[in-house]
Amino acid sequence: MSTIALHDEHNHDHADHGHHKETLISKYIFSMDHKMIAKQFLITGIIMAVIAMGLSILFRIQLAWPDQNFPFLETFLGKWAEGGRIKPDFYLALVTIHGTIMVFFVLTAGLSGTFSNLLIPLQIGARDMASPFLNMLSYWFFFSACVIMMSSFFIQTGPASGGWTVYPPLSVVAKAMPGSGMGMTLWLISMVLFVASSLMGGINYVSTILNMRTKGMDLWKMPLPIWAFFLTAILGILSFPVLVAGVVLMVFDRSFGTSFYLSDIVMGTTILPNEGGSPILWQHLFWFLGHPEVYIVIMPALGISSEVISVNSRKPIFGYHAMVYSLIGITVLSFIVWGHHMFVTGMNPLLGGVFMITTLIIAVPSAVKTFNYLATLWRGNIRFTPAMLFAIGLVSFFISGGLTGIFLGNASLDINLHDTYFVVAHFHLVMGSAAIFGMLAGVYHWFPRMFGKMMNAKLGYLHFWLTFIAAYLVFFPLHFLGLDGVPRRYYAFTEFEFMKKWLTVNVFVTWAAIMAALAQVAFLFNFFYSIFRGKVAPQNPWEANTLEWTAPVEHIHGNWPGEIPTVYRWPYDYSKPGHDEDFIPQTVPFSQTMSSNLPHDFEGNAEAEKIQQDWELANPVEENKG
Amino acid sequence: MSLRKFITNKTTAALAVLFTVFANTSAFAQDASVAGAAAAPKVDMGEIYKSVIFYILIFLAVCLFIAIIGKSIKVYELSREAQGKPVGINWNRVHASLFALFLVLGLYGVYWEYTVHGSMLLPDAASEHGKKIDEMFNLTLIITTIVFIATHILLFGFSYIYRYSAKRKAYYYPHNNTIEKIWTIVPALVLTVLVLMGFLTWRSIFFKVEDPNHKPLQIEVTSEQFKWSFRYPGADGIVGTKNYKLTTATNQLGIDFKDINSRDDEMADEMVLPVGKPVKLILTSKDVIHSFYMPHFRVQLNTVPGMKTFFEFTPTKTTAQMQQETNDPNFKFIILCAKICGSGHYNMQKVVRVVSDAEYKTWIAEQKTYLNDDLRKQFNLPVAPAAPKAASDSTAKDSAAVKTNQMALNK
Repeated sequence: MSTIALHDEHNHDHADHGHHKETLISKYIFSMDHKMIAKQFLITGIIMAVIAMGLSILFRIQLAWPDQNFPFLETFLGKWAEGGRIKPDFYLALVTIHGTIMVFFVLTAGLSGTFSNLLIPLQIGARDMASPFLNMLSYWFFFSACVIMMSSFFIQTGPASGGWTVYPPLSVVAKAMPGSGMGMTLWLISMVLFVASSLMGGINYVSTILNMRTKGMDLWKMPLPIWAFFLTAILGILSFPVLVAGVVLMVFDRSFGTSFYLSDIVMGTTILPNEGGSPILWQHLFWFLGHPEVYIVIMPALGISSEVISVNSRKPIFGYHAMVYSLIGITVLSFIVWGHHMFVTGMNPLLGGVFMITTLIIAVPSAVKTFNYLATLWRGNIRFTPAMLFAIGLVSFFISGGLTGIFLGNASLDINLHDTYFVVAHFHLVMGSAAIFGMLAGVYHWFPRMFGKMMNAKLGYLHFWLTFIAAYLVFFPLHFLGLDGVPRRYYAFTEFEFMKKWLTVNVFVTWAAIMAALAQVAFLFNFFYSIFRGKVAPQNPWEANTLEWTAPVEHIHGNWPGEIPTVYRWPYDYSKPGHDEDFIPQTVPFSQTMSSNLPHDFEGNAEAEKIQQDWELANPVEENKG
Repeated sequence: MSLRKFITNKTTAALAVLFTVFANTSAFAQDASVAGAAAAPKVDMGEIYKSVIFYILIFLAVCLFIAIIGKSIKVYELSREAQGKPVGINWNRVHASLFALFLVLGLYGVYWEYTVHGSMLLPDAASEHGKKIDEMFNLTLIITTIVFIATHILLFGFSYIYRYSAKRKAYYYPHNNTIEKIWTIVPALVLTVLVLMGFLTWRSIFFKVEDPNHKPLQIEVTSEQFKWSFRYPGADGIVGTKNYKLTTATNQLGIDFKDINSRDDEMADEMVLPVGKPVKLILTSKDVIHSFYMPHFRVQLNTVPGMKTFFEFTPTKTTAQMQQETNDPNFKFIILCAKICGSGHYNMQKVVRVVSDAEYKTWIAEQKTYLNDDLRKQFNLPVAPAAPKAASDSTAKDSAAVKTNQMALNK
């Protein structure tokens, strides 16, 4: 509580002295305001997403028409696409960088970075993050990581190309492939900066949530996105350092001749001097981060969609406590399932059995979340805002992709499905599409909060339907390629007789992917146009309960003029019987809503219950009220 | 009103002009190319389909079309508003109906995928453990398909039924512990069944008790960029040791011929397996990690440098049988690489031939040993094939191996 008081004083100081002199640089570039940093994360994330999407279109073109030349590719890519045909090495680079950018830069930094920064202070009622300077550093480390990653496209040997999991020895031995030279070094540097960024962010999010909640905002009154960001940040703090450890060892192996990951290697007839290491060690270290990472990606999306679905169904989220406990369950379990990425890597089969058990257990909290979403929609009064459409899309993808996870989590089935297109289809649905949809739901929902303008809803509708349909058209057929035993990361399907029957499917999938990519133009136009020319947003455009909609539309440093509002109730009092409106903001005290209070609301506070009973006796309920 | 504004808008006008200019230039270019093609009767559209401008133009046209539709919707809505009628389009109803439509079409699409693409998949497993995997796959598929369809019907069904209406208020229903318990426990039980089955199958695949009378056939597989090499054990039934430090141009696998078990080891261009006999694969890698993948047998395991991995399985169908079953006279069992390993990853194939025991015996008799005269000289072995002197070799083995290492390394 003292923290809050302190900050209040701080704000009064501001009021007294007027504003700091804000220069262009301090306002837009080296800003320490959480709202500006959120925008920086979002726009950088969007740019990276567009780049990664472009890369995916490039390799989809190669997969669809492996024996045709596209002169424009040579125009853009030069010798990597000599004669208009992408080279195998560059194909692998495209796949690798697409994966890296999407997982780390878009769905981790772009999603968590944007919405944690924007919503944590606004939804818990804080003036800013616990350490704004660290927050700024977090963005700039992320930005540098992006720049370094992209710079690898401008070196002769090309970007890292050993897959986004960069398994050694492929990624360590420079002779193994051109991308394992300079490109891989840049990948590692970029990743270290990225981890530093996400740690600074994570520590900030956790400390802000734990210490800076406004009066009345106890943990069980926090909106679900905050719970999701909180647990995501904890996951990140505990797992990302392990990746750095792994990366440092890899840097040593690559540059200083150590043998952490290398042993018994002969390249052609050159015998490498490394002895005693194990490539499996990297896989353990990588997936110790890598698996929590996929939850780092999906949990904020789930949090956002919980909020969006509740607001737009005009109904409290069903089973708020169950939603939180399932998030906690996912958080804890996600640390002990990494081995399911390694069932067939030659890891001791005994471990495979154990990891299978933990992996399938994690399906339970995920199932609970899905059913709770469905129960929230049931008997709701659903407004199909663009955000709501995307949130429903997320639930659909989460179901589809989650169910295929049951196949892959089963070690015996994984034998034949590992590293096939089935895996590609699985994670693109459950982690790719679902998380992207969560992110887009968040952008449409909080755009008014971020920029003070409204986005065009109709373009949003168009964007949703095209993307939703195209995503299914792209990823659903890919399952069947995997079931037929087509491995992933194949440059062309022309060399194996049995794959040739899938060439037509590949053409179809590529066209669907192009359609999905073009649909994003509707979003990009809408986004940037609305920043400047959109309609001015009203105070509370979605009639939501959470605190961020009580702050003035015009951004001010410190978020609220005067005192920070006090919170009296949980954030999901939608359509409460007995109340004239279908929402009651968190800042409305129970004394103003006597007609709608329920015994449960007072959490065993005898005095309050008594007052309520007295009031109810004095104001008998009219029977005709539905 | 708004439409007129759109038409008179300067930006739009400029775009329209640009559009026309682009269209014309590309048309001229097309003329030129036609002229260049010297009186070709038909315009060669192939080049045009490949030109980027063509697609950009199509895209711009689509954008223009969408903009016009958007504007006309707006005009319609504004005019309704001006006339004091209820708002033009009830978007909530539109989306609700679209979700319902999506559900119907989507379910049909899933049915189509299951039947059409579902019939293009791998044939039934050709190995003993593969049958168990297939059974479990089918069970999992049934369960997940039921859940998939049921939840999607609920998701899109609720979206359709409970669309917004100003007359209605949503039902305040924050939680129900009984229901929540049910849908925690039921998935948990279903998953327990799947976990148990999976766990037992997994154990039966990887924890085999060796029957001394019925020893599996050992085959060593070595992967390297971008090929597979096989080593059959020869008459003694044991694949000998190897040491990567012994790798030379003539001894590509680094086989240690000081080990008596190595001397009769045979090389093979394809993997030939006798039907119905257990096979124990010893998987190794020379350079990077590869993944030894035989989809028809439901066999996959990574080959890791510096580490041996083992997979034991029993093929149950011969290639000839499979050719009959699949109605495909060209059917072949194959090996692929499933772990990204470099530029040739997409083409690392070998053929597997499963034959009767008799055929296997004739085939294996024809295979050559790895040990040839050059290698005999290198390892100081008598050049003429002689009976191995077991006793003296095994005592002198260690020191000799060290010496050979040095020799190999000095080369």
